[in-house]
Amino acid sequence: MKPIIECRNLTKTFGPVKALDNISLSIPQGKIVGLLGPNASGKTTFIKILNELLTPTSGQVTIDGYEPGIETKKIVSYLPERTYLNDWMRVSDLINFFSDFYENFKPEKAYDMLKRLGIDSKDRLKTMSKGTKEKVQLVLVMSREARLYLLDEPIGGVDPAARDYILDTILSNYSEGSTIIISTHLISDIERILDEVVFLKQGRIEMAKSVDEIRESTGQSVDALFREVFRC
Amino acid sequence: MAWEVKPDRPIYSQLIELIKLRICSGEYPLGSKLPSVRDLAKEASVNPNTMQRALAGLEEEGLLITQRTAGRFVTEDVSMIKKVKNELAVDHVKNFLEKMIDLGFNYEEIKTLLADMTKEMIK
Repeated sequence: MKPIIECRNLTKTFGPVKALDNISLSIPQGKIVGLLGPNASGKTTFIKILNELLTPTSGQVTIDGYEPGIETKKIVSYLPERTYLNDWMRVSDLINFFSDFYENFKPEKAYDMLKRLGIDSKDRLKTMSKGTKEKVQLVLVMSREARLYLLDEPIGGVDPAARDYILDTILSNYSEGSTIIISTHLISDIERILDEVVFLKQGRIEMAKSVDEIRESTGQSVDALFREVFRC
Repeated sequence: MAWEVKPDRPIYSQLIELIKLRICSGEYPLGSKLPSVRDLAKEASVNPNTMQRALAGLEEEGLLITQRTAGRFVTEDVSMIKKVKNELAVDHVKNFLEKMIDLGFNYEEIKTLLADMTKEMIK
């Protein structure tokens, strides 16, 4: 099967800083991939390039054969690290908004998830706690029947119990055959739902392997290996 | 039974053991239909591909049987389950003995302790 993401010699510089340094990577369809790395390793830059929020300095990346743009936005569902939603809106407004915007957005799916998470769709965003806002945002993102989900720190702001719930939501709602990329440094929480991990270090790929391969060859968890590779 | 996954070994091989345990304990009875890969993955909070790999492994061992359209079923072969049960038991005892030897117990001491504790726990 054709890889969903293919990038070749991808480089992004901000002035003298190389945020991404000559990255070549292909990510197959139907996998859940962890994009792992310490702060400032290039995780968010990579995801932003995939969403055309940044353009590469050199090299290229394609999603399902297209460069990031209109065609890819139809099939990519993106959870940014920060919220961009208007906080005067009610959740039901947001659902209408997303329905207008994306052909593959399924409002019934969103309402169903909200119900299970105990969120009232009549509530306004600004009355919600940070964790609840994050949950709403994730619901919106996972309610699209996308080919590629790009989740930038989806569990950063929520408590450990809610994390499990969110991972469960991700597992039970992504459409079959689609690919999920999760960027995070909370590895132990998400390790068991990942197929593969990509370790980024100072803009370079330090390692790209499957979780069970790492466990088999090193006898330790990805979390433990991460601590070893990135020891300060 | 919880789906407890330990950090030091591949997840799929641990899933294989956990499912074997469920089959031996009767939680998944002989000849019964197993939940779908996706449901099982969700229940265990693991990646569906990893669960798929574990189920394929169990199929290879003959413990699970796939019927093309109907889904996956636990084998009805009692002797096979007995064999698996025995294998799991041997593993546990091996583990136990290794730890006891590390603690400095000798054969006689282990035997006495075991006899006493068994009497207490299994009346």
